[in-house]
Amino acid sequence: MTEPFALRLQAVSKSFGGLRAVDGVELAVRPGERRALIGPNGAGKTTLFNLIAGALPVSAGRITLFGDDVTGMAQHRRAARGLARTFQITNLFPTLTVLDNARLAALARTPARFAMLRPVRHFADLEARAREALAAVGLADRADTRVRHLSHGEQRQIEIALALAGRPRLLLLDEPAAGLSQAEAQLMTALLHRLDPAITLLIIEHDMDIALQVADHVTVLHYGRVIADGTREAVKADPTVREIYLGA
Amino acid sequence: MTAEFWITQTFNGLSYGALLFLLASGLSLIFGVMRIVNLAHGSYFLLGGYVGLSVIWRTQSFALALLAGALAVALVGAGMERLFLRRLSGQTLGQVLMTIGFALIFQDLALLLWGGDPYSLPVPAALQGVVIVGALRFPRYRLFIMAVAVVIGAALWLALDRTRAGAMIRAAVDDAEMAQGVGIRVPTISLGVFALGAALAALGGVIGSGFLGVYPGLDFEILPYAFVVVIVGGLGSLPGAMVGSLLVGLLDNFGKALFPELAYFTLFAPMALILALRPTGLFGRT
Amino acid sequence: MTNGATPSSDRPPTARAGLAAPATTIIPGIITAAGVALVAPLLSAYPLTLLTQAAIVAILAMSLDVLLGYTGLPSLGHAAYFGVAAYAVGILSTDYQRGFLTCLLAGVLLAALTAAVFGLLAIRASGTYFLMITLALGMVVWGLAFRWVSMTKGDNGIAGVPRPELPLPWSLGAPLPFFYFTLAATLLAWALLGLLVRSPFGLTLMGIRESETRMRALGYHVWLHKYLAFVLSGTFAGFAGVFWAYYNGFVSPVDVQLVTSVETLLMVALGGPGTLAGPALGAAAIVFLKNFVSVYTKRWLLILGAVYIGVILFAPRGVLGAFRREPRR
Repeated sequence: MTEPFALRLQAVSKSFGGLRAVDGVELAVRPGERRALIGPNGAGKTTLFNLIAGALPVSAGRITLFGDDVTGMAQHRRAARGLARTFQITNLFPTLTVLDNARLAALARTPARFAMLRPVRHFADLEARAREALAAVGLADRADTRVRHLSHGEQRQIEIALALAGRPRLLLLDEPAAGLSQAEAQLMTALLHRLDPAITLLIIEHDMDIALQVADHVTVLHYGRVIADGTREAVKADPTVREIYLGA
Repeated sequence: MTAEFWITQTFNGLSYGALLFLLASGLSLIFGVMRIVNLAHGSYFLLGGYVGLSVIWRTQSFALALLAGALAVALVGAGMERLFLRRLSGQTLGQVLMTIGFALIFQDLALLLWGGDPYSLPVPAALQGVVIVGALRFPRYRLFIMAVAVVIGAALWLALDRTRAGAMIRAAVDDAEMAQGVGIRVPTISLGVFALGAALAALGGVIGSGFLGVYPGLDFEILPYAFVVVIVGGLGSLPGAMVGSLLVGLLDNFGKALFPELAYFTLFAPMALILALRPTGLFGRT
Repeated sequence: MTNGATPSSDRPPTARAGLAAPATTIIPGIITAAGVALVAPLLSAYPLTLLTQAAIVAILAMSLDVLLGYTGLPSLGHAAYFGVAAYAVGILSTDYQRGFLTCLLAGVLLAALTAAVFGLLAIRASGTYFLMITLALGMVVWGLAFRWVSMTKGDNGIAGVPRPELPLPWSLGAPLPFFYFTLAATLLAWALLGLLVRSPFGLTLMGIRESETRMRALGYHVWLHKYLAFVLSGTFAGFAGVFWAYYNGFVSPVDVQLVTSVETLLMVALGGPGTLAGPALGAAAIVFLKNFVSVYTKRWLLILGAVYIGVILFAPRGVLGAFRREPRR
């Protein structure tokens, strides 16, 4: 790959009314990197995700995805460039089965999404990809259960499965372990470790332990600004970060 | 097309708009507070007209007819809200079906009680005749309607802007959940606004019966007008209802006068256009 | 936070109501249709007329359900597409003496075209605004039907629409052959819509019903899917309208009025959104109710009104979400 960055943000800002939720953020993530985005509540992490994914328009700045400027691009076209995301608050298709949830993820961006006269179950490759994504998160045996009948932990895993089914090159994970018990969080961490190393990961995590276990690089966001950026050791040693996190 | 034509038609349009304002301001407030698409709102207009008619037959008092029509229908509206609609909070489809159910029942009850003949409400002598200005003739009754709309509009505006209850209503329109959170009794507000909206529509019905007449089917004939006003003006906005009413009154009048074949089209098509440009209406928040 | 669709969160009622179509409705549906087809020759003209009416209105209800039950879009102007097609048939078959195929094509195409134009205006909105906009757009069509007298004959309507003449051994002027003719049309619509909702495209519609934000994140162009659903739904409503014009022999503003649109919503709500057989049965129930009650009493509007309220009050779960309480697996 000649393009040095999977994702690059240049002076990206977002204002809501008078509030600057994201303020001149610079970010450069290399392909295959595992980058954690940390910061206290209200630091603008999820807003930044929404800007990268295209769910919100930026107020200023430039976003580049694998070398292409996607700043004004619609969400679905960014996804077509290999961007996938999960949600902090579980956002699935609750009354559909687990398999149909995964099917929808696998179907996105394939021409078959406009097929109208053949039952979806006749699309064998679609089902294979869907089951593969479910197997990747260890939920293959739950395929026929409706998603709202799954436990919270299982639903968090489906979040990841849906993102994976699209075979992304860049995956944005918004607090994948939110609301999980200690044991479930460990399963999640293990799952994240198993992910294809070719996938670039940008992960928001509140839990520093999980963040530092998964990520090799860390960016710290505070009041919408990047206050530290580097390897996890460097960031851990950063006095400002220690001040914010350890409350000195 | 003489200047006379334009002045007369503008006058007619504005006075019809004034009547629509009485009907639509209530619908808009109800929507603003409760997010209910009330398809029975035209029925309030119809019932108001019939109740007014019965009262005026017995008492010969136009003022009593206005009062009785508004009060009776306010009770009907309050009952609908308290007993039926409240439990459907947030269920758009359920509310639509429920209010249409009431509209059908009211239509049939009106037919049962007042029969199928069209009536015209007898208007007091003081409001009959015309005011002549040069070559132009302005019916007194239409002037009266405009005066009533101005008074009601001003009263509503003052009440919303200057009173405590008005402030609570505005808070509920802005964000019902938030209003509830800061201790405003939103259910009480909803009940009051619903009764007020029904009363205003009924008032419009009594007054409107003086020149539209009152007859079966008037409810569903007038309802779309109220909706167009509210959609054009913006849901839940009083200034929106004012501007929307006048706009719709004028569009309807000139549409019917200039392009009789396309009359409703000239009314609804501009509305569709406004929606395409501003999906929340002229004064609606985006 | 732009998203918030947890399984227990307060989703719009239309979305909460519907579920994936259980495949089990196919067999009962076929059995019902076959049973009705077998019984039909034994019936006198009046019940046969009602069955014909029910079959046509079932198409309309199923077409609306594609929007309401599957995509989660509560359209309040569905009579517009139905009526536009009926008017096309009425005008072409009387003033221009055109045959069935021309009328069918013209009616369905005009309905599709109307939906294609209206969809551009309506699909941007969501929730209550979508409801209001579709209502208003429906009124545009009603206004034209009512006032464009030189084309539509206004309030008088277009009378004398002849029954189609086709190279069949039976004349479609007689009630029984015409019933079979419409039943065939209903089954065709049911089959096509059944394929549609079970297809990958149909799955994307259910995905939109459940979570638009997730669909966008997955890379779907949500607007396009909703728009296509809107146009397809309008097209099938037009298909129903064609048969309605032939059935009634008469087209009037009543066919495009608000009450017709709302009645269609009631049929879908009564039968259960998110299934096709449900709304079809709901349509039949309302058609029979309206006609039987009006035989016995003049107060049928009162009773119909009470049905609306009763359905919402006493069966909001059982009717609006008929298949919500499926066993936990």
